[in-house]
Amino acid sequence: MNRAFTWILAAATAVMMAMPALAAVEIEEIETPGGLTAWLVEDHNHPFTVLELRFRGGSSLDAPDKRGAVYLMMGLLEEGAGELDSREHARALERIAASVDYDSSDDEVTITARFLTESRSEAMALLHDAIHDPHFDADSIERVRRQVLSSLSNDLKDPNAIAGRAFSEMAYGDHPYGSPGEGTIESVSALTREDIVAAHEAVFARDRVYIGAVGDITAPELATVVDDLLGDLPDTGAPLPGPADVALEGGVTVVPFATPQSVAYFGHKGIERDDPDFFAAYVLNHILGGGGFESRLMNEVREKRGLTYGVYSYLVPKDLAAMYMGSVASGNDRIAEAIEVIRDEWARMAEDGVTQKELDEAKTYLTGAYPLRFDGNGRIASIMLGMQMQDLPTDYIATRNDKVDAVTLEDVNRVARELLDPDALHFVVVGQPEGLSSTTGSEG
Amino acid sequence: MQIFRLIGPVAALCASLAAAPLAAETDPVSHFTLDNGMDVVVIEDHSAPVLQHMVWYRAGAADEPVGSTGVAHFLEHLLFKGTDTLAPGEFSATVAANGGQDNAFTSYDYTAYYQRVAADRLELMMRMEADRMRNLRLSEEDIATERDVILEERNQRVENDPRALFNEQMAASQYLNHRYGAPVIGWKHEMEALDRTDALSFYETYYSPNNAILVVAGDVTPDEVRTLAEKYYGVIPSNPDLPERVRSQEPPQTAARRLTFKDPRVAQPYINRSYLAPERDSGDQEKAAALLLLANLLGGGPTGFLADRLQFEDQIAVHSGAYYGGTSLDDATFDLIVVPEDGVSLEEAEAAMDAALAEFMEKGVDAEHLERIKTQARASEIYAGDSLDNLANRYGRALTTGLTVEDVQAWPEVLQAVTPEDIMAVAHEVLRPEASVTGWLMRADPSKQEQEVTQ
Repeated sequence: MNRAFTWILAAATAVMMAMPALAAVEIEEIETPGGLTAWLVEDHNHPFTVLELRFRGGSSLDAPDKRGAVYLMMGLLEEGAGELDSREHARALERIAASVDYDSSDDEVTITARFLTESRSEAMALLHDAIHDPHFDADSIERVRRQVLSSLSNDLKDPNAIAGRAFSEMAYGDHPYGSPGEGTIESVSALTREDIVAAHEAVFARDRVYIGAVGDITAPELATVVDDLLGDLPDTGAPLPGPADVALEGGVTVVPFATPQSVAYFGHKGIERDDPDFFAAYVLNHILGGGGFESRLMNEVREKRGLTYGVYSYLVPKDLAAMYMGSVASGNDRIAEAIEVIRDEWARMAEDGVTQKELDEAKTYLTGAYPLRFDGNGRIASIMLGMQMQDLPTDYIATRNDKVDAVTLEDVNRVARELLDPDALHFVVVGQPEGLSSTTGSEG
Repeated sequence: MQIFRLIGPVAALCASLAAAPLAAETDPVSHFTLDNGMDVVVIEDHSAPVLQHMVWYRAGAADEPVGSTGVAHFLEHLLFKGTDTLAPGEFSATVAANGGQDNAFTSYDYTAYYQRVAADRLELMMRMEADRMRNLRLSEEDIATERDVILEERNQRVENDPRALFNEQMAASQYLNHRYGAPVIGWKHEMEALDRTDALSFYETYYSPNNAILVVAGDVTPDEVRTLAEKYYGVIPSNPDLPERVRSQEPPQTAARRLTFKDPRVAQPYINRSYLAPERDSGDQEKAAALLLLANLLGGGPTGFLADRLQFEDQIAVHSGAYYGGTSLDDATFDLIVVPEDGVSLEEAEAAMDAALAEFMEKGVDAEHLERIKTQARASEIYAGDSLDNLANRYGRALTTGLTVEDVQAWPEVLQAVTPEDIMAVAHEVLRPEASVTGWLMRADPSKQEQEVTQ
């Protein structure tokens, strides 16, 4: 049991001195002889490396009637490739104690490999086969399809999944963001081997790959690894879809579901990652509902009223749409009150903004906590790939806290007025909430 | 890809192969004890100017008095309320104002509090943590509001999830006499009755330096830690009345138990079989090591024996696994899970699971498979050096469950020394029907699955 996310009063403690210098995470950008770009953080303390690859596009590259094809394809890469079948491939990785994780999300697919220095070449050979020469044999397709279908049927009875999906559908409509990347029971059941091969061709291409490595590897070694692994990828993949229209109106949608605690997702339009006001919005969100411990929402909903174990808000700047979202879960007899408090806090923040003291405390926390993120090769690789996909420079880590510190009270309060709109907030509530019903014009 | 994220074993945390320390030649771990009996473990890592400061109490849910399930966890929440010198919430506010993060967690055998901060904030963390070891102040209003919060936490973790409700019933059936049979968060009807007296009584009994372990991991030296620890924790008197950790133990288990848990919110039925199993004991970890390797041989991913037979050879299951969580003070469990394919009844899936198990017992250990698993165990020592959090938790968990620093450091060697014969011996000893519970998680409505299993 974890206490997680307590809040705090804005207690009048003396703020201590400035934070120490950031951990020295030095990113080197390398250009391979084969013309690919990769980022590297060398760290020879431990004899292993994490290599992370991302391909922009992700499950949004699914054709409209082939939802779930990219997800299923990614699940099949480790199910037999090159000369090895599924079990042989898994055993070969075990033999050298390497691991490869495959993941698929709305905006990218991610491959994360972790391998010992002594068996780097064997690990890379296995990964090369998985990326370039997966079998997609009939037995494996059926086996993994049944796993996906089983998981999808679970989601249909999971209040969190129901709420998330209902919210996305209302927010994004027919855009790929509007339906689950895992697909639906109908769409996944209908996928053919040709669909999976097509998804493979759509996803893996040089024009959308991002590469990062952290650990016991030098720049020349990484260049060789990258060229061997990815040099013979095709130049281009499928075109990316256009932006999503966020067509969400304020209100409430109740999805009836027999369970003791109602789960609510809420949100409205957000702010793009490259917007000049993004950092002001980021600091604003921390104060409203972003931080674990010191947000207004946590204070009002949990600490003062005991209405929930956790309430959060978060900026969701995706590649093709930007939302500002939040979530809360409360007993069916208390969720209406929780929602009322959240709306009030949204309105209070839009009208009155934050205090100088809140802003100062948020900056101290955000700048001080930033170096705590870089705990381990895997985490550093993930942060680095996120930076690449957002088109940030290699020296971003060293300048990021300055950007937080540069946010002024006027910035935050102007962004609060512009961004926060309590009337536009839409709540999707899954459960048997007392005293709440769907507003007109919405489904449910 | 990890398609099954939500299905886990019953009671304890899973020990993983990664439960192994750094290689001895680079051993960064020091250990000493203050005059008042407080244990201190320091794990040096100077790669970044940050550290993790943790205080672990040898007190968890299994130490609670009868009738007060959940009070250890409730008290954990309440420790973030005030002391003589800190207002409610000021502890976390101060950590945040110093750019740090803090939290806490409770299990059967321990309660732990931690902060992740810049290395030069260690003294402040110790001052505040030592303060709340002695000087907690709770108002009736704190109690009422926080009790609502833990009830919502139970709603979120358990009441809203039929798998969690099923797990509670499994544990309650597995343990005939031990407190591990009740949930850490507490039974709801007892949580609702927890009051200020319950919380303070648990606090006065168990929160003292001679019942605590300080773990500091990161950019710090043992000398720095010792100086500060003596200044802040060393001045707190030990509690001469600290009770011994005596818990009701399990009698010999002599009856195979079965249960069915039905809920309309179940989409995917499955089987969980748990067996009572010995835990890691100080100086005597061989059986636990053999059980951990057995779990990996049987159900460690796609190369496990169960997956091979039930998912690849026959299309019986969409998922299978075996789990052993041996880092506990008292008897642990060894768990098998099988999630049947659509159209396969739980009865058929259980028969196939038992057939696969019987075949494994007959054939014995595949030596090459065991070698692969041992290779992974060796590599995990290298990978584990990469995370301060994991290292700190490993020592805290060990020292609150009766193990020593030496036991933790011996563990990799103990694992490597396990033979196929050791594994089969422990398999015969532990996988006894009389010590088992077989649970079926089922849909409540008269669905296809239920018709199949009752036909």
